[in-house]
Amino acid sequence: MNEDIQKQLVQDFVEESLEGLERFDQELLALENGASTGETLNNIFRIIHTVKGTSGCLGLTKIESLSHVGENLLVKVRDGELEAHQSMITTLLTFSDALQNMMASLSNHGNEGDTDHTGLKAELERLLSAESATEPAKSVQPQEPTIQEKPQEQDEKVSESKVPEDESISTTAAKAPDNPDDTKAQEQCWGLYDDEPEAEDTSSKAQEQRWGIFDESGESDTSKAIESEPQSQPSENSEPPISTIKKETDSEAKTQENKSVAEGSIRVDVNHLDRLMNLVGELVLSRNQIVQRVSNYEDSALQSACQRLNLIATELQEGVMKTRMQPIGNVWQKFPRVVRDVSLELSKKVRLDMVGKETDLDRTLIEAIKDPLTHIVRNAIDHGIETPAERANNGKSEEGILLLRAYHEGGQVNIEIIDDGKGIDPEKIKLKAVEKALISHEEAGRMNDRDAFALVFQPGFSTAPKVTNLSGRGVGMDVVKTNIEKIGGSVDIQSEFGQGTTIKIKIPLTLAIIPALIVTSASERFAIPQVSLLELVRLDGDDVNKAIEFIDGTPVYRLRGNLLPLVYLNKELKIDHENENDLDCVNIVVLKADGRSFGLIVDEINDTEEIVVKPLAKQLKGLQAFAGATIMGDGHVALILDVLGLAQHAHVITEVGSKSAFDNQEDRSNAGDDKHTMLLFEAGDNHRLALPLSLVDRLEEFDKEIIEHSGESEVVQYRGQILPLIRVQNYVNTFSNENSSTANDDTMQVVVYSENGRSVGLIVGNIKDIVEESLEVKHLTSSRGLSGSAVIQDHVTDLLDVRDIIAQADPDFFIEKNESIV
Amino acid sequence: MNDERQFCTFYLKNLFFGVEVLNVQEVLRYQDMTRVPLAPDVVKGLINLRGQIVTAIDLRKRLHMDPRENEELPMNVVLKTDEGAVSLLVDEIGDVIEVNDNNFEEPPETVNNVTRELVKGVYKLEEQLLLILDTEKAVNVA
Repeated sequence: MNEDIQKQLVQDFVEESLEGLERFDQELLALENGASTGETLNNIFRIIHTVKGTSGCLGLTKIESLSHVGENLLVKVRDGELEAHQSMITTLLTFSDALQNMMASLSNHGNEGDTDHTGLKAELERLLSAESATEPAKSVQPQEPTIQEKPQEQDEKVSESKVPEDESISTTAAKAPDNPDDTKAQEQCWGLYDDEPEAEDTSSKAQEQRWGIFDESGESDTSKAIESEPQSQPSENSEPPISTIKKETDSEAKTQENKSVAEGSIRVDVNHLDRLMNLVGELVLSRNQIVQRVSNYEDSALQSACQRLNLIATELQEGVMKTRMQPIGNVWQKFPRVVRDVSLELSKKVRLDMVGKETDLDRTLIEAIKDPLTHIVRNAIDHGIETPAERANNGKSEEGILLLRAYHEGGQVNIEIIDDGKGIDPEKIKLKAVEKALISHEEAGRMNDRDAFALVFQPGFSTAPKVTNLSGRGVGMDVVKTNIEKIGGSVDIQSEFGQGTTIKIKIPLTLAIIPALIVTSASERFAIPQVSLLELVRLDGDDVNKAIEFIDGTPVYRLRGNLLPLVYLNKELKIDHENENDLDCVNIVVLKADGRSFGLIVDEINDTEEIVVKPLAKQLKGLQAFAGATIMGDGHVALILDVLGLAQHAHVITEVGSKSAFDNQEDRSNAGDDKHTMLLFEAGDNHRLALPLSLVDRLEEFDKEIIEHSGESEVVQYRGQILPLIRVQNYVNTFSNENSSTANDDTMQVVVYSENGRSVGLIVGNIKDIVEESLEVKHLTSSRGLSGSAVIQDHVTDLLDVRDIIAQADPDFFIEKNESIV
Repeated sequence: MNDERQFCTFYLKNLFFGVEVLNVQEVLRYQDMTRVPLAPDVVKGLINLRGQIVTAIDLRKRLHMDPRENEELPMNVVLKTDEGAVSLLVDEIGDVIEVNDNNFEEPPETVNNVTRELVKGVYKLEEQLLLILDTEKAVNVA
């Protein structure tokens, strides 16, 4: 066996064992919670047994000897000779940790590490001997690193046991010839690592076993066949003892289930997926390049081939992205253990509920949220949930509830951590913040609860009266926040004093390919991730000098009456600028970072594009202003701005409590008050209409010349697709239909609305403004297409019912895509 | 083990450098670069190498030598490193040459600090000295 193979074997062993041990923890917890079945004990035992056997094969003596001691204990537990009580489970969990640590060391350093496990072994042996004085000799089994040892030992155990059910088992077990056991054991040993199917080994059973071991879902049936031999001999086995028939049929059924899962999925190396993702990224880039070029040719065959390429690339991209998706349950798996450990340590009773385990997100994100989530969960138990006595006093049930909930919403993943504990007292927070000089007294007085809660995310903030082992060291929530923001997410905290706390995390589905706005500054192009983008403002002609005002040299702009701090991108990045003085227009990109808005002044706003994010090399890791780089359609590299980093660099984000009026307004609208952000426009003459901005995908201005016709409807080519157009004024009763003058005679303003991957363009008249107002909707009109009226900016404005209009124009629009496209 | 080694060579000003062939991914003519604002000044820019983004390090700057004349365009020696490819900008590319380990010697103490730090050693060739660049240190500029 050469070194590489040995290395590979060990790596495989580590991977499988870690997975196994994770399940081991879960099953132990299930056992503790009384949720155990006959299977639970078998599973627990089997996992350790496999670890022991394989480590023996690989000559990993430390792992083998430790797992051997553990196995001895588990045999007793499985056979009902010992009762699994809490302290035993704690020891077993420690045991699992020790094994996991050795695995980690094995994978990182190539050896088992030099931690001494004598104490742990002694503890395990004490548990074993203390409560089963019957067989003290068992704990000093010879340590031959062979797998054959197992069946004998098991037979011995089984025959010694006094449970009647097991007696019948022991008879079959004794009858079973030794040979098959051995070969099977060997098969297990080799099968683990042997990717090449052995030529002579063609029976489906053998196949199943090999795959079974590779596959988590299939594992239970195979290893069972090996280890708990009599109960689950595959059906070809001649005569199962009657007492086990019922069990067998149960496990048979399960086996069937498992098998179908196993066959429907394969295990793929993550690196392969990453490579595939990179390639798809390249494809998307080349596609962008080609699409850009092709639009210059008038060859319709080429055009349509290009269209197809476009579609296929998009679908491929989505497909590959999906393969990288993992259910969030993978992260949550370890929380039952965390919750158990923490609550035990604090003598609290906590029940963990999880909803939405199957919510998918990109695996890089899964990695990234692991630690923040763990921290929040610990915090919730430590600070949130009260002791049983306190809870009883407050009329709550003694057991606190911690709910983890995940769901998809608007292209993002929402994760909520909800506890029904004591909640946060905003006054206490403010007091603490004043004490720590994070805010002043006056600020504290002005601050609303929501802002007060946000204070917990400040560095150096902790309200825990005493520092515990778990949390309250003043580092924590701020780190949680930065980590989540690093991946383009946001954290929000809501709390009802005395009732509980909800922490809501929003993160994007994926990081690999994101929509971004391309801007130019000092003839360099930069990409700005669209998630940070609020709006674009363009100032022309005379406005330029008037609109930008200065406070002690710092430029600001009044955006709808509120001050927006301005940052010049070229100055911030210290890149030269030739024609600074003769600007006839200014482009402001309004961005949001850390709940605060600022305007970034750039020379030109180019377009939005799907970009593939590539990390910067380590030489450039220190630059907080950039999040990565990407390759543009023309093959040049463009840097991706890290909006948060840039804001920090520009000192837009400095300290808490100095939010501008603008931001507060933002916050309020986010907080779900009655304020709505509405897009104001006109259809026909002076017919003021409004629709919620949240329904608007994009705003576009098209030349009238580019309108084409498809059947009876008007369409335009838009971002490589055909966008059907709807003239809003044809669907609402406007008083003057005959004079359908829009803003400008050669262009039209279009609101793009998207749903289920389909888009439609609403042709409106003049787009007036975007306003934020609390609406008092009155239902004056009964006409279709309108959902009511309200007073906006002192004028009566009709509210457009977008979905109704689209449904009128295209009844098929809301029907699933597949059915409507032939 | 054979004591013959192969080096990919290049020139910086009048100095003759070599890096081990196994560390070199490829050698390229001048490529367009995107400069990185705020970056350390030895980082000259980013290159699109067939879809891979490669950081270009100005080796002259790295070795504290005077900058290139304006019209001279640097060449790229693209190195394989653990963190992906990194390009070294050099004046001119030489041949791949084979040298014998017997001719190796460490740089004398009198060589200036930066250069000594980045040069692993010298091969005494007949016509000139070949300086072996410590690539790991050379690309470590963070």
